[in-house]
Amino acid sequence: MTWFTFLVDNLLCRCLGISITVWFTLLFFCTIVPAVLGVSFGMRRLYMATLLKIFEWATLRMEMGAKEKNQELYKPYSSDIIAKEPSSSLLQEFQELRGSASCLSSEPEFELADIFYFCRRGMETIVDDDVTKRFSAQELQNWNLLTRSNNNFRHISLRLTVLWGLGVLIRYGVLLPLRVTLAVTGISLLLVLTFLVAFLPNRELRSYLSEKVHLMCYRICVRALTAIITYHNRENKPQNGGICVANHTTPIDVIILANDGCYSLVGQVHGGLMGMIQRAMVRSSPHIWFERSEVKDRHLVAKRLGDHVADKTKQPILIFPEGTCINNTSVMMFKKGSFEIGCTVYPVAIKYDPRFGDAFWNSSKFGMVNYLLRMMSSWAIVCSVWYLPPMNREEGEDAVQFANRVKAAIAAQGGLVDLIWDGGLKRAKVKDAFKEEQQKLYSKVLVGEMDQNQSDDKHSQDDNPEDANNRN
Amino acid sequence: MGSRASTLLREEEIEEIKKETGFSHSQITRLYSRFTSLDKGENGTLSREDFQRIPELAINPLGDRIINAFFPEGEDQVNFRGFMRTLAHFRPIEDNEKNKNYSGDFIAFRLYDLDRDDKISRDELLQVLRMMVGVNISDEQLGSIADRTIQEADTNGDNSISFNEFIKVLEKVDVEQKMSIRFLH
Repeated sequence: MTWFTFLVDNLLCRCLGISITVWFTLLFFCTIVPAVLGVSFGMRRLYMATLLKIFEWATLRMEMGAKEKNQELYKPYSSDIIAKEPSSSLLQEFQELRGSASCLSSEPEFELADIFYFCRRGMETIVDDDVTKRFSAQELQNWNLLTRSNNNFRHISLRLTVLWGLGVLIRYGVLLPLRVTLAVTGISLLLVLTFLVAFLPNRELRSYLSEKVHLMCYRICVRALTAIITYHNRENKPQNGGICVANHTTPIDVIILANDGCYSLVGQVHGGLMGMIQRAMVRSSPHIWFERSEVKDRHLVAKRLGDHVADKTKQPILIFPEGTCINNTSVMMFKKGSFEIGCTVYPVAIKYDPRFGDAFWNSSKFGMVNYLLRMMSSWAIVCSVWYLPPMNREEGEDAVQFANRVKAAIAAQGGLVDLIWDGGLKRAKVKDAFKEEQQKLYSKVLVGEMDQNQSDDKHSQDDNPEDANNRN
Repeated sequence: MGSRASTLLREEEIEEIKKETGFSHSQITRLYSRFTSLDKGENGTLSREDFQRIPELAINPLGDRIINAFFPEGEDQVNFRGFMRTLAHFRPIEDNEKNKNYSGDFIAFRLYDLDRDDKISRDELLQVLRMMVGVNISDEQLGSIADRTIQEADTNGDNSISFNEFIKVLEKVDVEQKMSIRFLH
């Protein structure tokens, strides 16, 4: 029977050969060529629309399933658990509690009931606080057929399981290999081409070609993630000699922005593959990479950024002032470093649509490779990018106020909550200065205005976040 | 990544908690979701560090005492039942369920009375005052505030405030409005 197995083997080899050829041809013509030329067929939007319909159907089935079993479906609410009072300041609350007029007597007035204010506020933050929920992925209204975002396992019927299984097959069997191939192609092209371009003697030709090379490779990477990006207000795109600031959700933000324009990136020097890519990039265009030791030196950082910005032939710098990844429901404190340089700031707001795959990188839960795998096995990454009009520091405004103004503009455009809390709270403890501020305020209530000089209206980085919000 | 809320909380448990605390089904599942998101160790209980990770609670001058209110005597972990029992004190009380054990002033008394001997002594009062004002008021001033407060509240002359005396002082304050949290359905 050996001839039979031989025949089957032969057939199998032929089939495999044909399918791989078909695969690569399709890949080449449908994705790489459009990427190189900068053209789009609109296939991805069709894909998006189809997926949305399927997700809605899936959630409907789950609701029906739950009703049959007479149980309630767990619904992630986009509204709050508790109704918080419109935030009044500490002084106002105590005046209400005391029921007294505006003048505070010199006799210290303490009431046993004063404790209620702190107690209730404390309990409210235990039930629902503004900060900790920004460091984990958003919850979705409709299930998007990914296990990682499902809370209602019990209500999945047979039909849904089949659909989900099909989804897994498509995502891991078809999409993932496709995307990985594209990503590898993109990165190797980047390395090879930037290497070649760096040899050109003519500076203008070199920068022109390097721009084209960078854009092309980023376009391939965007297709590698199946990222569907909508750019708004392109007339406000960052110009040379400025700094582009954006809210930070994931390292993919860089690819999303660099897909549409050339930026100089700022970051730490890495080893390994990342290091190789960094060295390749810097050969043909001016990026700013810092050694680990140099990062702590604020003056050195400011000087290098300043020098780059002063040279009008160099591309705008891309900076993420939050310093860490936030889950795209809010914008946290902007570090003032990039706002002290004194050049034009071009704010950009990036908002991801979490229905097709949550782009947020929870760095305490997943490493980089794990994260990329999850990204490449989601359905798609859908986002909107808004280019906001450029901003300059005004007379009498210090860096912190400027940073907050830019942050407010980005939050307003992207529909994100504007928070004063520091993104570093993901890992670090909050500063004691804030607690001391609260204690100072309460002492004022007890013994009246002890020291007029102490009442500080100057807006400093150490301002108590709650009362700063109330003051605005 | 969403917390696997409804998969780990059984229907029977939800019913029991509903009976004990009066929260509705949806409120319980949402609070369970909150509980699991605070539980970084993913072992079904919260420790003091889990609470202290909430920045807005960490800057509250009475933060540590509030956290203490969740933990039964001498224990370091609180499970979901205990969590809900403490929160139930802050639910606005309907008239037909007025139950002295589930009212906000009980928790407030606990915040003062650290050693749980049902009396607020001068020292305990001073401790709480010091936590609330930090370094901004001198010891003598604080001492006189404490003395005056005890004088006004103490009716049986034992130089400390018992729970009943505490309630009497609070009569003029609308406890319900000041202490209850408006849970949405």
